[in-house]
Amino acid sequence: MIAVKATLVRDLTLLLRRRGEVLNPLVFFALVITLFPIAISPDPELLAVIAPGLLWVAALLAALLSLDSLFRSDYDDGSLEQLLLAPQPLAALSLAKVAVHWLLTGLPLALMAPILGIMLALPAGSYAVLALSLALGTASLSLIGAIGAALTVGLARGGVLLSLLVLPLYIPVLIFGAGAVQAAIFGDGVAAHLAILGALLAASLMLAPWAIAASLRISING
Amino acid sequence: MSLCLQARQLACERDDRWLFQGLDLDIRSGEIVRIEGPNGSGKTSLLKILSGQLSDYQGELFWNGAAMNEAREHFLANLLYLGHAPGIKSGLSPLENLAWYQALSGESGNEERRLDALEQVGLAGFEDVPAGQLSAGQQRRVALARLTLTPRALWVLDEPFTAIDRHGVADLERQLVAHAQAGGCVLVTTHHELTASPLLRRISLG
Repeated sequence: MIAVKATLVRDLTLLLRRRGEVLNPLVFFALVITLFPIAISPDPELLAVIAPGLLWVAALLAALLSLDSLFRSDYDDGSLEQLLLAPQPLAALSLAKVAVHWLLTGLPLALMAPILGIMLALPAGSYAVLALSLALGTASLSLIGAIGAALTVGLARGGVLLSLLVLPLYIPVLIFGAGAVQAAIFGDGVAAHLAILGALLAASLMLAPWAIAASLRISING
Repeated sequence: MSLCLQARQLACERDDRWLFQGLDLDIRSGEIVRIEGPNGSGKTSLLKILSGQLSDYQGELFWNGAAMNEAREHFLANLLYLGHAPGIKSGLSPLENLAWYQALSGESGNEERRLDALEQVGLAGFEDVPAGQLSAGQQRRVALARLTLTPRALWVLDEPFTAIDRHGVADLERQLVAHAQAGGCVLVTTHHELTASPLLRRISLG
């Protein structure tokens, strides 16, 4: 437990000192969303139809962008091999790293999305669902993505491979996430969509840490 | 406490070339074992195999008589490995770096011990400077501070003298001998000539 807490504190401190890396996905998210009304049409009715999908796709890509750096710097400076040699459960330590990633990527994206939703004329009443679905969904995205990041950390240019590996696994989260916001707009029940997002998160929470630990071992031990 | 790391018929192949074959090793308490050999002769690979980091090898490893697979947890709890890369985060201060390592070994943090360990490696006054602003030798010294900070029986050190000045080298050599005399065990690769000592044993590769 001490080690898990120390890893949380260490990664949070490190990322908060390198703000650029934290801001990158948020800036990307904001830029993409800003460009859409300019490129398509400022018509609020049209935008309202495509807004849920746009917001979710842009947030997903922003989260994907930040994944490669999850284990990269630890790999480069040798702390990753020390992490693997620690007499601690590796799954718990990797879960701490993923938690930090979500806190500084997924959560800010979820909080920022409603503001960008205004820009896309997202109908009132769906803002809370948008933030909630993104908060739940990006947690699954971080967990699943970390498996791919762990598998590709040993490769010099693992970025493209990483996207190819994890994008198919992201699709269920995308479908139900965007579906929740759409349901909120049309006034349908959102509970089912959110419940499935929660179930996906529970499943990834249960399985992903072990998969991340095994992937890291494969990457480091060859 | 007596400990014993054994390897039987160890062999490792890289790119269709045998780095070593049929290697039998017995490493016991109170020894400093220096692994020698030219560049590319497999010193680092051997250290990684012996510290349980590489699984791509032939042969068997035993820790205190038990097969490594079964004794791995006990082995890791007794191991301190310092690799080529010092494992020091440039964005954190030496104190913060050591705090993580202390917690990673399962101890609750103790600032006094961390300060002591830093003072011993000659980094008093640099405790709160980001490690990225320290020189390569000073960063290596932060990593070496773990030797005093987390007491472990088996030290596996890959080129620990890199970038360390002459004074620091002498200190570190004394520390290795003291550790062996106290019943610990040191496994080291280095191109630096170690002072002859009855505790020192050499293994040549390549």
